[in-house]
Amino acid sequence: MYDVNAIRADFPILSREVNGKPLTYLDNGASAQKPKVVIDAVTRAYEHEYSNVHRGLHFLSNLATDNYEAVRGKIARFLNVADEDEIVLNSGTTEGINMVAYSWAMPQLQAGDEIVLSVMEHHANIVPWHFLRERQGVVLKWVDVAADGSLDPQAVIDAMSDKTKLVAITQCSNVLGTVVDVKTICHAARERGIATLVDGSQGSVHMPVDVTDMGCDFYAITGHKLYGPSGSGAIYCRKERMAQMRPFLGGGDMIREVHKDSVIYNDPPMKFEAGTPGIVQTIGFGVALDYLMDLGMENVAAHEASLRDYAMTKFAGLNWLQVQGNAPGKAAIFSFTLDGAAHAHDISTILDKRGVAVRAGHHCAGPLMDFLGLTATCRASFGLYNTTDEIDTLVDALELAHELFA
Amino acid sequence: MATEAFEEIVEDFEFIEDWEDRYRYVIEQGKDMTPLDDALKVPATKVEGCASQVWLHATIEDGVFSFDGDSDAMIVRGLIALLRKLYNGLSLADVVAVDARAEMARLGLNEHLSSQRSNGLRAMIERIRETAAAAL
Repeated sequence: MYDVNAIRADFPILSREVNGKPLTYLDNGASAQKPKVVIDAVTRAYEHEYSNVHRGLHFLSNLATDNYEAVRGKIARFLNVADEDEIVLNSGTTEGINMVAYSWAMPQLQAGDEIVLSVMEHHANIVPWHFLRERQGVVLKWVDVAADGSLDPQAVIDAMSDKTKLVAITQCSNVLGTVVDVKTICHAARERGIATLVDGSQGSVHMPVDVTDMGCDFYAITGHKLYGPSGSGAIYCRKERMAQMRPFLGGGDMIREVHKDSVIYNDPPMKFEAGTPGIVQTIGFGVALDYLMDLGMENVAAHEASLRDYAMTKFAGLNWLQVQGNAPGKAAIFSFTLDGAAHAHDISTILDKRGVAVRAGHHCAGPLMDFLGLTATCRASFGLYNTTDEIDTLVDALELAHELFA
Repeated sequence: MATEAFEEIVEDFEFIEDWEDRYRYVIEQGKDMTPLDDALKVPATKVEGCASQVWLHATIEDGVFSFDGDSDAMIVRGLIALLRKLYNGLSLADVVAVDARAEMARLGLNEHLSSQRSNGLRAMIERIRETAAAAL
């Protein structure tokens, strides 16, 4: 039984007020709030269990290393990856995708080789590939979404050619909420020897993920969107691809021996984890994943589906509200504009006065905004602790904005 | 220091307690303002550092400062209208001297004075002061 009120009580910040109103936090797509167990784990790590990891053999260093390294296994379990050595710990999806661009793609791809992307990618899954376009003449091939925001996997498969070396695609659009059939795409690419990177920054938050079943080569996640601390994250890298990767950042931890004229790297995944990592953030991330696995991602997904359906019913009654994206099975992420002259920032300002936190802007998705013919939208993105009452609060605030700007 | 036109706004605001009505007032001020000629919406008049698009076009005649402006956001347009009441008709020296943030704070629009860079009021005030100071 999914008791959303009990879950809300786990998140201290949800009981605060904003502008004299109870907080209605609908900016989960940007970053999620943290349960008390995560906050306590961060405090405990600093108060009682802190030291640097992987160096020194003293008591605290061993303890911090054990706590930190245990998270690798939790991430592997969360994503259903059999071998935790295929998990590289990092600061989040942006770092993960950049690492793949520098470590794997730059040495592998030649001028004229192609990377297939969807038009609804986040900038974190666009700009690293632009680096390859700018620096080594790699060609970016874009696949459009349909009018309802859905992405036909066959359109992505059709975009693959003999020149295609990588398909980099989101599992869930941070703007439209569209959920992509990445499994079909990854399996088709794999048959042709094409590498696949799945941006799981949003997808991993809203549904159970099985990377083994999905069949991708890379799967990136972000801790702070998964109810963990900012500055934590990970990327799954298939072992065969990892073997093709050269190191990205150089420094401590990623080496075994360094001499004046030679260097011997550490084994993967450490080879790709230079410098002192986000030790405490990662430990907190592990606790967040425990929390999610205790709730059950299938239960989270079912709760959010009910929020999505309720919101869609409510929004349908607002004929001046234009929601972008209506793909079947979409996640509870709604980008919208209001008829009339109101800017997304106008709307979010009024919502904020009612205690409703939404994101306003281009959502780091320039090509999608161009495709939609918009410069900015407001986005309400729901999480595991949101309620139908909060959707009512949002709708009331939207009605006020509509009235003020009409 | 502030103009009579601005003092009138301050007086109006004293009778508006509800934030919704304050916003309504600001939005109305923006709606009533003559839009900036599209020909003047050029890079030179654009104010960077605002979340929405903002243009300010200053005119200085016989040492008297005035400006027109526009934005694609309605609340920001309203704030521009209020700034026009505050500044237009002042001498260049007074434009530089007036504490615009304190004056705007008298309207209880404090959240627009925060340090967040996405919020355009600070950038607009800076642009106006710089323009006047350069002409002194």
